[in-house]
Amino acid sequence: MKELYDVIVIGGGVVGSAIAREFTRYKLKVAVLEKNEDVCYETSGRNSGVIHGGFAYDTGTLKARLCVEGNRGFDALAEELDIPFVRCGKVLVGNTEEEMESLKRTMKQGEANGATNLTLIDEEELHRICPAAVGKFAMFSKNSGVVDPFIYTIALAENAVQNGAEYFLNHEVTAITRKDGVYEITASGEVFRTRYVVNSAGLGCGKISDMLGITGYHVIGSKGDYIILDQRTGKNLPMPIYPVPSNTYMGIHVTNTTDGNVIVGPNAINVTDFTYYGVPQEHMDYLAESASDIWPYIFKPEYIRNYSGILPKWVDENGKIQDFKIEMREDIAPNAVNLVGIESPGLTSAVPIGRYVVSMIAEREELIPNPDFNPRREGIARFEKMSNEERAAMIEKDPDYGEVICRCQKVTKAEILKAIHNPLGVHTMVGIKYRTRSMMGRCQGGYCQMRIEQLIEKECGLKAEEIKYNKSDSWILTGKVREEGI
Amino acid sequence: MEKRDVIIIGGGPAGLAAALELYNLGIKDVLILEREKMLGGILRQCIHDGFGLTRFGETLSGPEYIARFIKEINEKQIPYLTNTSVIELTPDKKVTAAAPDGLKEYQAKAVILAMGCRERTRGALGIPGERPAGVYTAGVAQAYMNLYNRMPGKEVIILGSGDIGMIMARRMTLEGAHVQAVYEVLPNPSGLPRNIQQCLNDYDIPLHLSHTVTEIHGSSRLEGVTISKVDEKLKPIPGTEEYHACDTLILSVGLIPENELSIDAEVALDPRTRGAVTDAFFQTSQDGIFAAGNVLHVHDLVDFVSLEAEAMARGVAEYLNNDGLPACAISVKAGDGVGHTVPQKIMPGKAVTLSMRVTRRFRDAVLEIRQNGEVIKTRKLKKAIPAEMLNIALKAEEICGEGDLEVLIR
Repeated sequence: MKELYDVIVIGGGVVGSAIAREFTRYKLKVAVLEKNEDVCYETSGRNSGVIHGGFAYDTGTLKARLCVEGNRGFDALAEELDIPFVRCGKVLVGNTEEEMESLKRTMKQGEANGATNLTLIDEEELHRICPAAVGKFAMFSKNSGVVDPFIYTIALAENAVQNGAEYFLNHEVTAITRKDGVYEITASGEVFRTRYVVNSAGLGCGKISDMLGITGYHVIGSKGDYIILDQRTGKNLPMPIYPVPSNTYMGIHVTNTTDGNVIVGPNAINVTDFTYYGVPQEHMDYLAESASDIWPYIFKPEYIRNYSGILPKWVDENGKIQDFKIEMREDIAPNAVNLVGIESPGLTSAVPIGRYVVSMIAEREELIPNPDFNPRREGIARFEKMSNEERAAMIEKDPDYGEVICRCQKVTKAEILKAIHNPLGVHTMVGIKYRTRSMMGRCQGGYCQMRIEQLIEKECGLKAEEIKYNKSDSWILTGKVREEGI
Repeated sequence: MEKRDVIIIGGGPAGLAAALELYNLGIKDVLILEREKMLGGILRQCIHDGFGLTRFGETLSGPEYIARFIKEINEKQIPYLTNTSVIELTPDKKVTAAAPDGLKEYQAKAVILAMGCRERTRGALGIPGERPAGVYTAGVAQAYMNLYNRMPGKEVIILGSGDIGMIMARRMTLEGAHVQAVYEVLPNPSGLPRNIQQCLNDYDIPLHLSHTVTEIHGSSRLEGVTISKVDEKLKPIPGTEEYHACDTLILSVGLIPENELSIDAEVALDPRTRGAVTDAFFQTSQDGIFAAGNVLHVHDLVDFVSLEAEAMARGVAEYLNNDGLPACAISVKAGDGVGHTVPQKIMPGKAVTLSMRVTRRFRDAVLEIRQNGEVIKTRKLKKAIPAEMLNIALKAEEICGEGDLEVLIR
């Protein structure tokens, strides 16, 4: 049996990783149990990557409060974690009087929430800041931005690991029991013991909540599909363009990424299967058609990929979407922090959620600061983003920076090697992709995937048939065509 | 910054043929930049035969074909750098390349674009469904098998009857995989007839025309695909869906000229070929930047790539010797039955070979070239199919006057 942990976080998504990282600020033994092979295979990696302003949520809710707090702190966080973040602003475009009224209400709500820098702008101003946007007027949220959701989640996890947290990937929790004031958590056949447990299981929050004995939460999945456009399209989209939102749904929008791609979507379909990420034809057609009303640059030759994500939404008996639930139920599950329905704006709110969870524990016992805690994490220096002077200097220092492996994203061998030897020990193809952006360009790995596969084999001492795409059973090769030398 | 008369981007069939022709024309201050560890381009992985019939009168494998060029490059000591990726090209012909021994910057008098093409992917087609492992483009599967000795899968379905797809159907069969079938969305095959015979018929691999993949299944590794029949507008017909279990889907659904550097250099592209707009000298819209081979338009046979690159090299030599080239003001337009023509601009009194593809099958048809509505040349076509490129040579004296040309099929 393993030694006793102070805190075990179930779920290594953006929120779980932020929580783990916040706990490592204190002298605590922290572990994270993640059922997938990496940290952003579900909701954290499957979204629009928008850092929200905080105006879209009912005043007084955790969603509103933590989102505004998260947005406010994001520049400092991005700097600490060395992650791609652009505070580009965003616009909500409208045409009708009704939409104008709705925007005015949204703005008022935003101001009540503490969101700042919200302005109503006319068509002329809209076209000045976002020339391609279609609309008669807009609400401009200057504080909104975009982040690379993969690198962001990975950076939180890596920084947690650097500060002592242990990540157990491929560990799906199947049972939780409590004996003599200690939780025993069974995950992939191993038993972990801990004083505190945090349910940050995302789409699995209902299941884990039930295991803790806190029953009755109805969690539905809201699935959204997306189309990704070529990097060259980004020049026509300086900031995300949204329609005027309804109460429950932000609408199909177009979002620039930190790397110049454009993502189109999402729709929102209620689902009960939280593992099916297929994108149907009619949804792709609908996305393109619908988003073309606000941004007319969606052309099929620019499509490079499609994907979908599922948000866990906690709903009441009438199906009404509820606020984030972050609770401790001492009567049922002492020393357990239960997070339910952490959907959008979870990406923006992750670190404030982490602080909130830690504060709940801090009310119960005195937490001793960890003097060695270092909030800074160094990312992999990206060749593509460097000036030619910087590139020359990097190659001088490390010749592997002169070997371009992925041509579309200009990712070098040095970056791939650093990604293979990442702090979380992930060596799937998608793990390398998320960490370097290799295989994310217009050729989708047509040029580089074989080279990356070969490097993983060599660096990790793995056989071809042991290399995985993303999940444990997602083999990419059956092995050698024939044994060498025959 | 190092100065060069000519920088050739890409050491594949187009780049090497151009370098040799430049050498023969007395232009020696040439440098070939190749990102791979050796010269040869995509032919290194094309271990099947069928190359060189037109050029050498014998059938060679891809590596054999290109070895002849590499040998000559070495004999003539034409300079080249391998492991060197061009990362930037400016309109004024500054070339920046990355290599393990440093970042290199060149100022060229002329630049030759010879980067070849890339494969159309699943994402570009927008095939619906999940995104499991096991969906490969044909060229990726070919590289895994022929360059890296790695087997991509065992139970295979192929979408698209492009040549590489059919060649991979045979190749995978020979290595013990079970290739169930090739599905093609069009009512006619995309690849060459000889490949249908030698790669499919000879191995009893069925080819189903007017069918496509309408859903991909599997959350980890591919588990199967849904195949549907399509109507004459290529739309899937509801009710015709059939599920086929498989672990590998190979896509051979088209090639796209790789023009990212060209776009950086503000070279105008033709939306039909997705390659540069070129003139009778193979000069692009940018002064002193030339293009030939698959970066210009996708060819059917490498022999024609070599020929085109040589013709381009003569244009480059003329450009260097005369400090520029005369303007080509006559536009060549693709009329009925013709998808595109290359080059798109020509001039009176300059012989040129027009390359084109037909848009559909023709039998006993006549290709006409008209100027100002007047027929200036005809060619009888016993048979013409989209899979095969047509090359029509126009003599210098056949092009006179200023009117635009139209190429069409009657």
